[in-house]
Parts: sequence; C-alpha cells; structure tokens
Amino acid sequence: MRAKIEVFLKEGVLDPQGETIKRALYTLGYSSIKDVRQGKVFYIELKDKNPQGILEEIARKVLANPVIEDFRWEVER
Amino acid sequence: MGSRKVKFGIVVYPGTNCDMDTHYVIKEVAGEEAQYLWHEDLDLKGSQVVVLPGGFSYGDYLRSGAIARFSPIMKKIKKFAEKGGLIIGICNGFQILLESGLLPGAMLRNRGLRFICSFEELLVENDETPFTLLYTKGERLRMPIAHIDGNYFAEIDVLSELERERRIVFRYINNPNGSAHDLAGIISKKGNVFGLMPHPERASEALLGSADGLRVFLSAAKYVRES
Repeated sequence: MRAKIEVFLKEGVLDPQGETIKRALYTLGYSSIKDVRQGKVFYIELKDKNPQGILEEIARKVLANPVIEDFRWEVER
Repeated sequence: MGSRKVKFGIVVYPGTNCDMDTHYVIKEVAGEEAQYLWHEDLDLKGSQVVVLPGGFSYGDYLRSGAIARFSPIMKKIKKFAEKGGLIIGICNGFQILLESGLLPGAMLRNRGLRFICSFEELLVENDETPFTLLYTKGERLRMPIAHIDGNYFAEIDVLSELERERRIVFRYINNPNGSAHDLAGIISKKGNVFGLMPHPERASEALLGSADGLRVFLSAAKYVRES
C-alpha cells in the first residue's frame, strides 16, 4: 500500500520560499498568480492494510512540526 | 570549594561541527572539564552541564534538528532537564531543543532566504539566568551567527509569555533573520535550558574578534559550583 503525506507551513506562517517563487513568477510575466506556498510530499510504502492510524502518527510526530506546519495524507492504492 | 572544576558534556551527532571549538573553549579558555558524549550513548557520564553544539546534525534533513531529537541520548537529556540540569543549545543545538520540545517555538528559514554568517550585536535582556549571571542587563555583546534557519516563530501567546516571564535572554540589535521579537536566545520556564543562535564558543578569545561569549560558559560553571 502506498500513501502520500503532504506537509505545508500553516496559514499565517510566513513562507519566504513561496514568496520568492511568487516574485520570480511575476517577473517571468505570470501576473495572475496570487499566492505560492511551498511544501513537502512524502510517498510511503507500507505493509499495513489500514495504515490511517500510523500515517496520522508519523505525520504528527516526525514529518511535520506542529508548531509551524499542517499536514494531510491520503492512501493512494 | 571554589576550585572544583565543573564537568561539561558536549553532545556529538553525525554532522555536528562545532564540538571541538566548544570543547577547546570550555577546557582551555574557561578552564573547566569537557568531555564528548556520542549521540548513541545512554549515559551523560556525570556531566553537570550538557551542551548541544552547532553544526548540521543529520545534514539538516527533514528540518534542522528534526532527526537528532530521536537519538538515544535525548531521552537522558530530557530527564536531565526535568531534574533541573543545565543545558545549552547553540545554533543547531537550539534547533534540536525546539524540535524536542525542551524550548517552545520553531525556526523558519531566514527572512531573505540566505545563509547568514556575520558578527551581530546583542543586547543582554536578562542577567539573572544560570547562563548570564556574569553579564549585566543592558550590556551590548558581539557574537557571530552562522545559520539559514534562525527566523524564530511562535504563536503570539507564547511570545507574550516569553516576554512576561523575562525568558528572552539575548536580543539582536539589528535583527538579521526576521526572528520574532528580535530574540536571539531564550530559556525554559524553569530557567535551566538555554537556546541561542549566536555562537558564544566562537567569541571566547579577543584574538578571534570578541570574547563576549565566554561568560556564557563561565556563568554556567559558576552557577553549578555555587548551587
């Protein structure tokens, strides 16, 4: 089974990398872009049939820092 | 027993690179006892002050300090902290203390996204901590910083608690990285855990540009000796 976990900075936490990418895109002429947030994606292969509990736990304990980051996960197959 | 030496334990992770400077300053400049503690050790070997030195533990993978917090020695360090033991986290060591929850908040990438390596002016905000008792409130210090993730972040209520409880120990005069409330170093609620981004071990001899950092180690030693 494969799962995808996405980790992003919380709304309201400044994302200097996203800001810089946004400015670069403006400079290239993509003037319709309103905001860019950069995050991380983890693809995790598991043996479990029902990995929901584990995914939640490893995202909270390891992959994300709950002080500054939110996460969401989904099972892909 | 004014002459008794205080034993400092310096934790070494894969990727730590300020361990030898820290060892040198504690032993040769401060004149105390220094020993290395490997991150897989399960024993603090009688250390009276634990130092988490700077560097790039585990290559800063995932987030700065994020992997180091799971190393075997961290369990002992947490127990040591609970019992009131003195802990100093410098730069990456500060990031490890944040990741492990021994200090509140988190580090974001520097405002401006650059790795900054420069001497900074600091203001001493609290001279009543075990780490700053040889400083004077209002004193200005020069110490170098060298980091890319030093932009301190915490929720507003955490920041006001830090202010109210006088837990901001050093503040930048010219905030180089966007750190909230210009803070450069904070202590834990009980006051025994100290994290700072500037490198006191790189500012411990006048020959190297500044000796303003040495008193961090001297203060901790004095505190241990007198308590």
